[in-house]
Amino acid sequence: MAQSSFKGLVVPGSATGHRMSRRNLLRGAAVGVGAVTLPALLSACGEGPGGNKDEVTVGSNASDPVPKKAYAAAFTAYEKESGKTVKVNTKDHNDFQENINRYLQGTPDDLFMWFAGYRMQYFAEKGLLIEISDIWTDFTGFSDALKDQSTHEGKQYFVPYYYYPWAVFHRKSLFEKQGYEQARTWDEFIALAKQMHGDGIPVAFSDKDGWPAMGTFDYINLRANGYEFHKALMAGEESWTDPKVKNVFDLWRELMPYYQKGALGRTWEEAGQSLQKRETGMAVFGMPHPGQQFPPDERDDIDFFAFPEIDPQYGQDAVEAPIDGFLIAKKSKNVEGAKELMKFLATPEAEELYLKGDPNNVAVNENADTSTYSALQKKSVELVSNAKQISQFLDRDTRPDFASTVMIKAIQDFIGNPKDVDGLCNSIERQKKTIFSQPVG
Amino acid sequence: MALTFPRRAGRRRLRRFTRRDVVVLGVLLGIPILLDIVIIWGPTLASIGLSFTAWDGIGDIHWVGGDNYKNLVDNYPAFWPAVRHNVLWLLFLGLIATPFGLFLAVLIDRGVRFSRFYQSTLYMPVVLSLAVVGFIAQLVLGTDQGAINTILANRDDPIDWLGDSSINLWMIMIAASWRHVGYVMILYLAGLKSVDPELKEAAAIDGANARQTFFRVVFPTLRPVNVIVGVITVIEALRAFDIVYAVNKGRNGLELLSVLITDNIIGEASRIGFGSAIAVVLLTVSLGFIVTFLVQELRGARDR
Repeated sequence: MAQSSFKGLVVPGSATGHRMSRRNLLRGAAVGVGAVTLPALLSACGEGPGGNKDEVTVGSNASDPVPKKAYAAAFTAYEKESGKTVKVNTKDHNDFQENINRYLQGTPDDLFMWFAGYRMQYFAEKGLLIEISDIWTDFTGFSDALKDQSTHEGKQYFVPYYYYPWAVFHRKSLFEKQGYEQARTWDEFIALAKQMHGDGIPVAFSDKDGWPAMGTFDYINLRANGYEFHKALMAGEESWTDPKVKNVFDLWRELMPYYQKGALGRTWEEAGQSLQKRETGMAVFGMPHPGQQFPPDERDDIDFFAFPEIDPQYGQDAVEAPIDGFLIAKKSKNVEGAKELMKFLATPEAEELYLKGDPNNVAVNENADTSTYSALQKKSVELVSNAKQISQFLDRDTRPDFASTVMIKAIQDFIGNPKDVDGLCNSIERQKKTIFSQPVG
Repeated sequence: MALTFPRRAGRRRLRRFTRRDVVVLGVLLGIPILLDIVIIWGPTLASIGLSFTAWDGIGDIHWVGGDNYKNLVDNYPAFWPAVRHNVLWLLFLGLIATPFGLFLAVLIDRGVRFSRFYQSTLYMPVVLSLAVVGFIAQLVLGTDQGAINTILANRDDPIDWLGDSSINLWMIMIAASWRHVGYVMILYLAGLKSVDPELKEAAAIDGANARQTFFRVVFPTLRPVNVIVGVITVIEALRAFDIVYAVNKGRNGLELLSVLITDNIIGEASRIGFGSAIAVVLLTVSLGFIVTFLVQELRGARDR
């Protein structure tokens, strides 16, 4: 990660060529200690010497093979176009997220991949990001909703790259064979789930990773209580003991009997594979999740429908569509180079290059060429463009400390024991109060 | 400390250390002491200090008094399960895995057939890191694709070995014991080999049966090994972390104090004050064991 921290390393040469004596050895050891600690101290003070202006480093969380390859294609194109080199440091997706705080305060790369919305604004508020309003004004093809998701207190920080909608995914051929109908309302949805369960192909469900079930929670909340309530709840303004929240869990419990058993021991990959093997009928997922688990020649068989309506007042207005993109860390060593690369990444061509390798997402830029899109991608674009509101995701719409230390456990507890909703909501509310009482930054 | 040597030596008119030696000794002792202070005592005291604050690692540090501890006990749902799991872990290793390791060591020491083969097979897992043991546990116990569930072939109602919070801790403790037993066995085996055979002969002449010989004669002479094994068992139980983290990040029935500390301090969350409070709890528990152990040791050394 930190290339510069080893630049000053001096290999102690005192031990070579001489006959070893005790004192020589000690002297060598002292030099060795100095050589090891000194550069570490120097780099801890900040900038290492120099910094190659023709090289831009990119911190990547795209550790899954499909996106990793797709990003490589986009960066290679930039290298050819600009004559500069792009050095990508890829880290495991979840590790990258969990270490983000230390990463940004340590020796971050010039540019790094991150998420839009609250989860970006949190770090902007802490002063760990570089404002890019100056280059944002030249960007074209980004909607106001996207600009909103890239902005904190009137300043832009984020370059959106692609997004993917969450919906109910299933195999087209399985629905045809079994005579299933896509559900539009909650009652139809429950009836469908019940029918599937009766046929021995239950609803796929997994939450070992802690986040996949959040999508279902979000959607029930958005459909039953509306987008504004979701926003306020995530911002810590609404109470978790509100009957509206309990209603979300009560509705969710109706679905529980029809899930495949053992959700807490199953990763999202395994749930996606069960969908691919026709062992399960449908699943609430983001678009890349089933996509990455299906072999390429079977991807055409993936279809989805919008999460069903619960309260007609809110219909199917909101769509959960997390946006991924790029940020520059305050400690970036090559801000100019990073901005140049950002300008490239904001073009429709750069997005097309990526999507060619990873057709499980959709370009954010309106000018991107959609003629090569699969039917699924086209349907996604339609779903999102018809949405009245776009939410990100539970762990992207609220404070990271709340999402990771409270909500993961709360939802897993609910899945393990769906009966004690009162106790659960009280516990979440008490923890929320302590966490939100601490200021950001 | 090093400076007292020459003075005392001088009084005895036996000046064995030159000035240079004193400097060398001073440096050699000084560096470890300095490192000890910087690496161990500094962070320890910092943790204790931070546990009374709220801090996200970047902005200002806010003094909150005992709030973190109050929250921990009253509001943090993962805390008491974590304490319970750590205690269970300790009991499981101490009462089941460790005695079982001793049992195997005795069997092998008595020279059962193929004892060398058993010895190496049982010792094999010790070379694996606990994180790797965690991955192996997942391959064996996974819900959909694990070896055991594949053999049981019960697809409609599979046993969720690692996801069901009422059994997953036991599964993980068994996996951890797999490694622990081998470790304990090898230590006891070394101890048993060093027991003077004449002791056993004397016991046999006195008419002791095999059980009496072991419990009355051999086991007491293993005292130094017992102490080491006891310490290792306690350390393993308190520092348990990697195996549950590899399995499910230490959630859903696998909460441990060490995991809660990590989650709060180094995760995206960065509740450093709150995490430090948990660390102080773990420190207090560890100190309890360390102090007991030291007192026992010092007393034992005096008695001998």
